[in-house]
Amino acid sequence: MTATATPALGRTAGPAAGNALAGTGRLVRFALRRDRVRIPVWLAALTLGSVWPAAAFPELYPTEAARRTAMATMNSPAGLAFTGPQRYLSDYHYGSMVSHQLLGFVVVFVGIMSVLLVTRHTRAEEETGRAELVRAAPVGRHAQLAAALILAVAVNAALAILLALGMGALGLEGTTWQGSLLYGAAHAATGVTFAGVAAVTVQLTAHSRGASGMGFAVVGAAYLVRAAGDSADSALSWASPIGWAQQTFPYLDDRWWPLLLNLAAAAVLAAAGFALSLRRDLGAGLRAARRGRPAASRLLATPLGFALRLHRGMLIGFAVGALLLGASYGPFLGDIEEMFRDIQVLQDALAALGGATVIDSFIAMVTTIFTLVATVHVVITALRPRSEETAGRAEPVLATGLSRTRWLASHLAVALAGGPVMLLLSGLALAATGAPAVAETGLFGKAVAAAAVHIPALWVTAGLAVALVGWLPRATVLAWLFVGYVGVTGYLGMLLRLPSWATALSPFSHVPRLPVEDFTWTPLLALTAIAAALIALGLYGFRRRDLETK
Amino acid sequence: MTAAIATSGLVKTFGATRALDGLDLTVNAGEVHGFLGPNGAGKSTTIRILLGILRADAGSVTVLGGDPWADAVALHRRIAYVPGDVELWPNLTGGEAIDLLGSLRGGLNRRRRDELIERFDLDPSKKGRTYSKGNRQKVAIVAALASDAELLLLDEPTAGLDPLMEVVFQEVIREVKAAGRTVLLSSHILAQVEKLADRISIIRQGRIVQSGTLAEMRHLTRTTVEADTATPVTGLDRLPGVHDAEVSGTRVRLAVDGAHLDGAIKHLTAFGIRALTSHPPTLEELMLRHYGDDLAAGNGTAAARR
Repeated sequence: MTATATPALGRTAGPAAGNALAGTGRLVRFALRRDRVRIPVWLAALTLGSVWPAAAFPELYPTEAARRTAMATMNSPAGLAFTGPQRYLSDYHYGSMVSHQLLGFVVVFVGIMSVLLVTRHTRAEEETGRAELVRAAPVGRHAQLAAALILAVAVNAALAILLALGMGALGLEGTTWQGSLLYGAAHAATGVTFAGVAAVTVQLTAHSRGASGMGFAVVGAAYLVRAAGDSADSALSWASPIGWAQQTFPYLDDRWWPLLLNLAAAAVLAAAGFALSLRRDLGAGLRAARRGRPAASRLLATPLGFALRLHRGMLIGFAVGALLLGASYGPFLGDIEEMFRDIQVLQDALAALGGATVIDSFIAMVTTIFTLVATVHVVITALRPRSEETAGRAEPVLATGLSRTRWLASHLAVALAGGPVMLLLSGLALAATGAPAVAETGLFGKAVAAAAVHIPALWVTAGLAVALVGWLPRATVLAWLFVGYVGVTGYLGMLLRLPSWATALSPFSHVPRLPVEDFTWTPLLALTAIAAALIALGLYGFRRRDLETK
Repeated sequence: MTAAIATSGLVKTFGATRALDGLDLTVNAGEVHGFLGPNGAGKSTTIRILLGILRADAGSVTVLGGDPWADAVALHRRIAYVPGDVELWPNLTGGEAIDLLGSLRGGLNRRRRDELIERFDLDPSKKGRTYSKGNRQKVAIVAALASDAELLLLDEPTAGLDPLMEVVFQEVIREVKAAGRTVLLSSHILAQVEKLADRISIIRQGRIVQSGTLAEMRHLTRTTVEADTATPVTGLDRLPGVHDAEVSGTRVRLAVDGAHLDGAIKHLTAFGIRALTSHPPTLEELMLRHYGDDLAAGNGTAAARR
């Protein structure tokens, strides 16, 4: 990319040349230059992703009664698992609604951003060999990690200001400028904690993909821990950095001190990252590279086997994650039934919905979460050919008897099958862990069906990614924007009642939400047809364009 | 003789950069053809068009009788390629990468693969990311040479190899040539091409500026003569075909056109030759003749994308 500027970096490092942090300032400026588009896009997306739904609250809950109903809906293990601590419900005005429903969700993306930022400027640089070029200049051994962390802190601080300004400017009833400042700071402090997590994970493995994957796993685990803690109103929430952010109760109590935990954790993690980096060589992970087979297996020598091999780590990681995710929601199934049995009003409301049970709507709701995880897998997998291309590894393969179509289709096949597998694993795990608590025999069928109906929408996602690879290879990041859109509309669509025009572009919004809604073929066939068309388009485009070479 | 590769008027642009500007290249079947030019002259772009990885904007190109863009896959089964920058999969071993590339091409000669690994002293059980540049290069070379491809497209194949391995490489290419296969060998390393190539094409700024056997090219150029004489040489500036004469005391150095060699030597003998060396133009000199203006102009114009 813009690595051409690196050799000149150390030239003016000057007086600090003897120290381990020499050149840090220049590296920070260089990183800002490299990410001059990426960072503003992240900041804009996160700010809008938080402020835009917040702006919709007064319309969604116009009356005190509406807010009270919302409060009652949220006041269940499932509702709390999806949002935040029960304490927010004690005074459910727009301010505490925003903090309760949005904070815990948006910080997940702040965490992802922070992990990606740190990985991109440390391990990814080492992996490509560019770090060596930089380190050969008078740049200290800690400068690259320090620069990446400073960058992450700066970006998070900017996000805090933007969120504070955005929420403050919105001026919802129940919000204060003081609360808005804390609201922004809570996002930033959590982001900084996850930047610290990445400072450690980039030391462990020699691969940037592995390092960011581990970082995401920690973000995901932090979310699950707080979900489990909040749903049971237990102290477990305090074991999660996301939990700490939510314990600040912006617009309610406005207490700042839990953020000190975030900052302290970040400092400890960063220090650990610096210390671990001294125990390894540049470019190496802490785990030494193992030797492998001197010859290829029969499977590897086929196009599909080759694609599977490249995706193997990701497939295993996501499968484990999908199982854990499903298993983490299963135990709630029992609670929910018990809890709602006592609330006659809700029973009546559900009966009016066409006989849907609480369990059914819970299954439909969590399946949306499972779908998001599967979507991420689909996009990672479908975009892999593009990263193979830019890394210069596609060229020698495509100079053999393997056609472009077949090569791309092999990766696509993994995406088309892998996403649905993740989704079904989550559904099965949900049913398996929920079954002991629920006296319902059809649970497996319901959970699997709820997951399976989303498969055509996953295929559309894969089709979109492959169409980008074929036609707009430099804009494949749009596939991630699409994931963000699907995530926001899907997740918030459950909490808020977003207008249908806002969600219509998401293929997932057209899927019948089993078991609450009735099964219909039409949308599924239409989505499958759209997916097929996008795939054909992508394969055609890839056949007729120049390969990008190094 | 039939042509394994024939291009005519090939043009390829990348944005404002004209990487190829009417390239005419002919490689005969069964020959080792040196493809010589400085960085950025368009060597890699040409090879990628020959492989159908890039599509030419204008001009015609035929490889082994087919169109490399339309018949890419069928042709690739008959072609082996070593890229200039070899990138391997970080989690695949070198041995796996060799087998993968070989089998995707349509099978490789197992015995030959093992023999080449041995000769190139490659450890096939190391993971891709732990290989040095030279070893990555070896992986690509072994994968290409272990095939029975008719045409080998080698893009600066020995850029990362040590001199010992370079000798092995030259041996192997001679064997390939003896087997009647065609090789296009791009390089900016002149000695390598000089040792292996039957014919040479020199590319500069996207055009072939000269093409032929080494002998034909030498014919067009000047012989360098250095002599030690009894008395200082005078009157060189009156001789036809003599260039760049330098006299310092009794030592003289001059370049002379082939047609005027006889007259120049006769002139020198009048001053009492005590020592005489003459050598044919090296490829460095051939190149400098073609790129001389570039050097004078500060080397700024040939910076096109490879």
